[in-house]
Amino acid sequence: MTWAFIFSLAVCQYGFKALGVVIIGQRKMPDAIQRCLLLIPAAVLSGLIAKDTFTMGQSLGIDARAVGLAVAVLATWRRLPFIVVIVAGVGATALVRLFV
Amino acid sequence: MTNYFRAPQARRFITASLAIGVAFIVFGASFGVLSVSAGASLLQTCAMSLLVFTGASQMSAISVLSAGGTVASAFGGAVLLSARNAVYGLAMSPILRGSWSSRLIGAQLVIDETTALATAESDETLRRTAFWVSAPILYFCWNFGTFLGALVGSSINPNDFGLDAAFPVMFTALLMPHLRTRVGRRAALFGAIATVTLAPFLPIGIPILVAAFGMLFGLSNNEPTPPLSVTDGAP
Repeated sequence: MTWAFIFSLAVCQYGFKALGVVIIGQRKMPDAIQRCLLLIPAAVLSGLIAKDTFTMGQSLGIDARAVGLAVAVLATWRRLPFIVVIVAGVGATALVRLFV
Repeated sequence: MTNYFRAPQARRFITASLAIGVAFIVFGASFGVLSVSAGASLLQTCAMSLLVFTGASQMSAISVLSAGGTVASAFGGAVLLSARNAVYGLAMSPILRGSWSSRLIGAQLVIDETTALATAESDETLRRTAFWVSAPILYFCWNFGTFLGALVGSSINPNDFGLDAAFPVMFTALLMPHLRTRVGRRAALFGAIATVTLAPFLPIGIPILVAAFGMLFGLSNNEPTPPLSVTDGAP
């Protein structure tokens, strides 16, 4: 691990983050674009959920994390508080690992 | 400068951020441990969390390096994983409208969680409050966790405690309010299918960028966003 590595990574990722903020900046977007931008988290979050649950590197599979996800979906659907959703999902995953 | 912590409804964002913050401390700590055991100093480890502030990307860089991978592959993977922040930056730019200094600071704090919390809200003021309340809390928690982990340095395997499920679980709670519109559900379905089907064929980090194209469902539809949010239902 070198300082050069850390600083170059920092510069790259800040560039990514700042890109949208700088490109669009203060301008008012047309409504259609605005609606699209607000849909980004829906598309990306569900992509991340799928990736973090059903992949390991580049291979697909189902393991204890799927149980955690199922519990989290149930808890979220029942409108349980955020912290309960996290603890229940993580706990379920740990229990499956422990006993299966 | 507005004190967003005293803004209307700030409390529910504080509650949600603290819950996510606990997970951040634990993951920050496991990053700290990994980083120090991969040969980075305490200062380097903390600098990485402070400057990079993208957990997935930091974790990936460290695990490639500690597994003996090349610097180039560690760097490439980390950069690909942080590329989605560019997409988030686009979504956040109307919310981060303001002075140059607040935009430049705000940009660094654009991550999965702050973007999800902010864009789940139905009006501009609440979006800003959600962002400016969650961002400092999560920034603190991630860096505090990193510092603790780097300092203590004794290795635990977070997976034994099911912590590798913490992110998908957390994202599930964050996703839910985005599913209240039909276009939101379509975008989400597209994102999940795109990621899973492409994961075996494309380098890590790329499928998620393809998933972002789910946003194009927004072109077709004009339905208003019902006011409901991630933390309704929380006490």
